[in-house]
Amino acid sequence: MRRLAFLMLLGALAALGLAGLAVAVDTTQMPTPELQARYSALTHELRCMQCQNQSLADSQVGLASDLRAEVRDMLLAGKSDDDVRAFMVARYGDFILFRPRFAARTAWLWVAPGVLLLIGLVVFARVVRQRGALVDADQDPVDGEPRP
Amino acid sequence: MNRFILPIVAFALLVVVLAIGIRHAPEKGTVPSVLVGRAAPAFALPNLTDPAQTVRSSDLKGRWYLFNVWGTWCFECRAEHETLLEVRRAGVVPLIGLDWKDDDAEARSWLQQLGNPYDAVAADHIGRTAIDWGVYGAPETFLVNPQGVVVYKLVGPLTHEVWAREILPRLSRPGAAGT
Repeated sequence: MRRLAFLMLLGALAALGLAGLAVAVDTTQMPTPELQARYSALTHELRCMQCQNQSLADSQVGLASDLRAEVRDMLLAGKSDDDVRAFMVARYGDFILFRPRFAARTAWLWVAPGVLLLIGLVVFARVVRQRGALVDADQDPVDGEPRP
Repeated sequence: MNRFILPIVAFALLVVVLAIGIRHAPEKGTVPSVLVGRAAPAFALPNLTDPAQTVRSSDLKGRWYLFNVWGTWCFECRAEHETLLEVRRAGVVPLIGLDWKDDDAEARSWLQQLGNPYDAVAADHIGRTAIDWGVYGAPETFLVNPQGVVVYKLVGPLTHEVWAREILPRLSRPGAAGT
């Protein structure tokens, strides 16, 4: 029985894997592995504007494939990654970047985690110190049993 | 007492942050356009109703125009068509259409059946001009001033309310000469 369940689980996992293959929408081939890597990185960090939680690479809508073609053509024309990002931001704004740039408007996005971590560390230090004081107070012998 | 102050302050801070977030939430989840306040992108595309002719942005300099992105595949465009015809009848501002990745014959029969509100329609077969304008979903409408600067952008269907509230006042503002 247990073995059957295990086999079924394996089958389900295999099916999931196949489903994963089936939704690979972008079949663009770049002439060199280096260009392919840059193309893949860029299309994954640019947002599909019509389906806003997908990247260009994941989306099947028409605009995403048009923008992928734009990325491909710019890379083939020898443009840099920053050129491609600047092209997209000039048209669609910062929102198209999944990883926002560090600018006055987006500074709090980048600074907030550090500030929160700092606050957490201060609270942590205070709690540890208070607990430490409690342990000191607990050093007295209990029930007349002397501590070693 | 002291132990309650910090959580209460933290909670109050969170309320303020979320209130600001809600107050500033872009309407209906649309993305603010970077094009507003900047020069309208140039284009030169075949005229839908007369493909031998070219519709050029340079020919539109010196006057106001509404730039409306549509397509026969676009469901909401049918909904806003009545308002576009109304804009045409008002005769206040020329309406330039951008037929986005569409079939020319279908687009022409759409205009024949529903009426043609446009002064000219540019046919953007490959969708490159739409990308230059930062279009991400039809219909979208831009108001361009005589200096060629985009002063307003609408994502979604143009309604009578938007026309009366957002577009007409901008056209009649002091300094809005050239209409």
